[in-house]
Amino acid sequence: MKLYCLSGHPTLPCNVLKFKSTTIMLDCGLDMTSTLNFLPLPLVQSPRLSNLPGWSLKDGSAFLDKELKECSGHVFVDSVPEFCLPETELIDLSTVDVILISNYHCMMALPYITEHTGFTGTVYATEPTVQIGRLLMEELVNFIERVPKAQSASLWKNKDIQRLLPSPLKDAVEVSTWRRCYTMQEVNSALSKIQLVGYSQKIELFGAVQVTPLSSGYALGSSNWIIQSHYEKVSYVSGSSLLTTHPQPMDQASLKNSDVLILTGLTQIPTANPDGMVGEFCSNLALTVRNGGNVLVPCYPSGVIYDLLECLYQYIDSAGLSNIPFYFISPVANSSLEFSQIFAEWLCHNKQTKVYLPEPPFPHAELIQTNKLKHYPSLHGDFSSDFRQPCVVFTGHPSLRFGDVVHFMELWGKSSLNTVIFTEPDFSYLEALAPYQPLAMKCIYCPIDTRLNFIQVSKLLKEVQPLHVVCPEQYTQPPPAQSHRMDLMIDCQPPAMSYRRAEVLALPFKRRYEKIEIMPELADALVPMEIKPGISLATVSAVLHTKDNKHVLQPPPRPAQPSGGKKRKRASEDIPDCKVLKPLLSGSIPVEQFVQTLEKEIL
Amino acid sequence: MDPECSQLLPALCAVLADPRQPMVDDTCLEKLLDWFKTITEAGSSLLLLQENPCLVELLCHVLKPQDLSSRVLSFSLRLTGVFAAQEDCFQYLQGDSSLFVASAAGQLLVHILSLSMRGPAEGPPSLQADDWPPCAQKIVGHIEESLRSTATPQITQALNVLTTTFSHCHDPWTQVLWVQLHPLVAALLQKDPVPAAHSLVDLLLSVARSPGLSSSSCGLWETLAQTLSHLSPTQAGLLALGILKLQDCPQALRAQAFAVLLQPLACVLQATAQGPGPSGLLDSTAADSVTADMLLPSKAACVGLLCQTLAHLELLLPLPQRPCPWPQAPLLGAAVTLLQLCRGSGSPASDAGRQLCALLLGCVRVQRAALDFLGTLSQETGPPELVTQVFAVLLEYLRSPDSSPTVLKKAFQATFRWLLSSPRTPGCSDLDSHTLLFLRELLPVLQKRLCSPCWEVRDSGLEFLTQMTRRWGGQAGFRHALLASEVPRLTEQLLRDPESYVRASAVTAMGQLSSQGLCVPPAGPEHPGSQQKSLLGELLHILSTDSEGFPRRAVMQVFTQWLRDSHADVVGDTEQFVAGVLQVAGQDLDWEVRAQGLELALVFLEQMLGPPRSHCPYAVTPPVAAPAGPLTQALQSLCRVRLFEFAFRALFDCDRPVAQKSCDLLLLLRAKTASSSSLQEPRSSPDVASVEAALQRWRAGDQAQPLGDLEPEVVLAVLRSMDLEGLRGALAESSDHVEKSPQSLLQDMLATVGILGENEADCY
Repeated sequence: MKLYCLSGHPTLPCNVLKFKSTTIMLDCGLDMTSTLNFLPLPLVQSPRLSNLPGWSLKDGSAFLDKELKECSGHVFVDSVPEFCLPETELIDLSTVDVILISNYHCMMALPYITEHTGFTGTVYATEPTVQIGRLLMEELVNFIERVPKAQSASLWKNKDIQRLLPSPLKDAVEVSTWRRCYTMQEVNSALSKIQLVGYSQKIELFGAVQVTPLSSGYALGSSNWIIQSHYEKVSYVSGSSLLTTHPQPMDQASLKNSDVLILTGLTQIPTANPDGMVGEFCSNLALTVRNGGNVLVPCYPSGVIYDLLECLYQYIDSAGLSNIPFYFISPVANSSLEFSQIFAEWLCHNKQTKVYLPEPPFPHAELIQTNKLKHYPSLHGDFSSDFRQPCVVFTGHPSLRFGDVVHFMELWGKSSLNTVIFTEPDFSYLEALAPYQPLAMKCIYCPIDTRLNFIQVSKLLKEVQPLHVVCPEQYTQPPPAQSHRMDLMIDCQPPAMSYRRAEVLALPFKRRYEKIEIMPELADALVPMEIKPGISLATVSAVLHTKDNKHVLQPPPRPAQPSGGKKRKRASEDIPDCKVLKPLLSGSIPVEQFVQTLEKEIL
Repeated sequence: MDPECSQLLPALCAVLADPRQPMVDDTCLEKLLDWFKTITEAGSSLLLLQENPCLVELLCHVLKPQDLSSRVLSFSLRLTGVFAAQEDCFQYLQGDSSLFVASAAGQLLVHILSLSMRGPAEGPPSLQADDWPPCAQKIVGHIEESLRSTATPQITQALNVLTTTFSHCHDPWTQVLWVQLHPLVAALLQKDPVPAAHSLVDLLLSVARSPGLSSSSCGLWETLAQTLSHLSPTQAGLLALGILKLQDCPQALRAQAFAVLLQPLACVLQATAQGPGPSGLLDSTAADSVTADMLLPSKAACVGLLCQTLAHLELLLPLPQRPCPWPQAPLLGAAVTLLQLCRGSGSPASDAGRQLCALLLGCVRVQRAALDFLGTLSQETGPPELVTQVFAVLLEYLRSPDSSPTVLKKAFQATFRWLLSSPRTPGCSDLDSHTLLFLRELLPVLQKRLCSPCWEVRDSGLEFLTQMTRRWGGQAGFRHALLASEVPRLTEQLLRDPESYVRASAVTAMGQLSSQGLCVPPAGPEHPGSQQKSLLGELLHILSTDSEGFPRRAVMQVFTQWLRDSHADVVGDTEQFVAGVLQVAGQDLDWEVRAQGLELALVFLEQMLGPPRSHCPYAVTPPVAAPAGPLTQALQSLCRVRLFEFAFRALFDCDRPVAQKSCDLLLLLRAKTASSSSLQEPRSSPDVASVEAALQRWRAGDQAQPLGDLEPEVVLAVLRSMDLEGLRGALAESSDHVEKSPQSLLQDMLATVGILGENEADCY
């Protein structure tokens, strides 16, 4: 059993598991932090960004000045932003049989895999994962395509040139594999290869293994996966949460008794408690608005935003913010808000029960009805006529490199009354802000990551008792900045096996058994003999028949009858290897004679 | 005994004697016994028994062997004891499962022992135990046997009996008893683990506190020292605290006890020491491995021990007999370190430190205990660099989004205490520059906290602001920093908070800010919608419309304070202010608001008539009465604000404290005006009669009719005619005297077993 690790990002995993005769890809996350090296794509012409000076080498040579621009002491690539793909060379991806998706954040690289590697298999995911995943991809494509950029920079990627660049460009990894965003056509084609599954549904793969998605509690439709044969069980734990937010709670019990547990997608900010952060978010939001400032919340169009809106729903009246408009701007804002209300079976129990009342599960419906929350596909159009300040704007993209957020950063960045509150943990907020410096606007970092923290993981592992744990190397030591925090790493026995990008792990686990069925007529013919109380033995002579990874013992063929006149054409065609079987020894063994025979045979 | 009770008693005795009707509530029996005690103390027991033959029947009945509950048996025996002190050995009761029975049996043993040692009249008892009365010898024998027992409950009981003995009896024979039993007690220490450690600690401390024993001669100090070293750190902590509280005790033992008490903190400091170990705390206390073992293996043990240690030290700090020199600096260091560990912000270098950090991370109990302790430590100063660390860690807690509301409240309290103790520049009452710098960092945090979605946090933020303003509101540095922040404006907005506690705290805070001239009316182009409304108007609005009591009470307190301080908004037209407030307060449904209204009325009255005469018999009080002219004017003023109508209504208030307060106020007023001859008027004027008639109706519950405009003369006449003293006497009687009556107790007990007639009737 082998694990091919195609991504080094612990929360955006992409691993391939070879198990029995199957090749299973576990998630295909897309590392978008690469976009932080690029200049923002302004939706509205920005004189500041379009007049940046080109960057030149120390020796004065300026051949890179078209590709690289200097902005507030940093150097950025002036080109269409590019993403860092999972490793494609480590294994022939056309051999992948299936791809299992655990949540909508972990499928963003799907079009690259399904459309460009010769992949011919099936993708399995739950319905909300597909629908919301589609929204995220659609938003991404839209953000990038609506600001066409002719230029695609490639000179700087030359290894000899990259060495001469300032950090962080100099240290960027795998730049040669960075790719531009996919198109909507590729998205549609990729999504068409997905087969929808429900929690606890058992899916047979070639009769060899069975895969089952389990609720993971992290997002709408998010799953962990069980991959098992008759005698082996591998659990794949991706983004999971034990907090009571909107999704169905995590199914922990089904993870028990795993031989191997692959653990990814833990919280990216283990020191921040989500409850405290939500409180911090609300306090800072209220403080800003009360002082007459605007609040900008760069966010994804689905996920934590539902919980934030719910918190604000409870909070705005008490904070005296009833008159402050909340704007949600995204090409998919409307679909996201509406989808969330219809995935009843994927919600937590509390919200499920609301479906049967004349009341939508999420309170944002009421916010919309009462005009406190308004949503727009873009800042062009209706928004500009409705726009009223002070206000709170939720919009993407959290990297601050594309999407409507770029415009608001340019618009509000100059006033210290305004605040930008970072809630998504995927991007370093300081790096995200780098091309906007100097910035007068207040910046608050309230990362809300509801995924498992190390205390929860340690409880989980105690509970489900896997024989072996496999995880990204980042989880096996404390974070570099907090080396004394021994609590911020996975602590289990035996120690977890760690992996890094482009590594192949032989999982510490040997298959020892295989299930074989016995045909009824053969079973009837067995004569068990009790050798010890409770244990009986019987000898069996049979033919082992293997097809579709299933093994069946069939009765041995009867010795060919002497052909009584009738001529058979090719008897051997029906019964292969049709030798007359010798009778087998049974009963007590005459030891001496047996040993002598053995010696004779061997010597 | 009153006839009603006599009537109920036979039925109750029948219930008690009936084993099928278990009396589950021990406390009823205890109360019943108390009642019998008071009866027998007041009159003849014999008469009582003669009049209530059911009691004798009950006592005879319980003597028969039957399945009577031990509680009733114990009750009956003690009742017998109440009626006629009978000496007998009730030792077997000691092991009873009922707490009351066991404790009563123990107490009984002590009393019997003490009684028998007091002896009939043959002079002082012998100091030779062999010559003690047989009863006493038997009891001591029983105790000795129990102490030798291997069963912990028996040892515990013996130790408890001894503890009671040494706490209550201080005669010379107790010393003989201790000398005799001491070896047995000391032998307990040889067992591992020490049995009944908690009771043992109690006993040793009660022996040490007993004035009847000369501790030095009995080997007590040695035993205490031994015990300190044998007990587990948790158990030893309690003993150490007890030893340190003793008035006189050998210095060496005190040092040992203090070392035991400090050990857990010494371990913390050692585990987290960056370089060479810190001096002071650790010099005398090598953090021993036992405590380290105790701290590290389990979170529960670690947290328990640390919280106990911090609480003990907190108790010790204000005592005059606290150890000297007091290790202020290491203790400050330990408190700061603990708080850092709980936040994960310390960076321990050792493995033990990292383990400790993992155990304490996010532990709210330790955070609370350490913040309380840190606050208490502010009574002493510390080295400047440590004080800087204290403020840094407090700021860290105030800032942290993960601080729970209770932790945050404690952090605010500790911060206030440290600010209070921060050094002042000589000759200048203002805050020093460090504190001001801290304040500038603190105010943005406070601002954010006032916007917290958690109401407890907003509330403690406001309380903190009130405290700060009360203390430093007059000082330039503070005023400047506060006015430069958004805090006053946010506070004003919290007057409309949805949570009533927060509104109440905002009222108090705004009252305080306004008193100090720190209220900023919302102005400026960014707030075009907000109307310029005076705070007085806003508070009056709250008083008359808020649906919850707390904000209205807070408004009344603020108004009373404003009146007292002659607040600018009040002195403009005091009469109108008082009249308005009293009118609204008088109609309030919350009695505390009405009572506070009387407080405000009293302040106004004192301002008009002068303060009440001192009750001190030695005070020099001028005998001259107030001149009539100003008095008349003052009374007219009181009439104009309708203070009398308010007070008279309050006099018949259904809530006793309001009526009492009003009664006191009117008595004061009558005393003030008694000597004024010019206002003596015949009391038969028609006005007086109509007022008195109205008051009669009010008293009867019909308060609809107002009194209308009153003349001072009429008021005084009505006051003189009223029996205010009588009313005060009636009001002084506890309102629950009905509920506390023995009749009520008997009825309750019968009701629980369903014996009262009405319950039976219910069955049909």
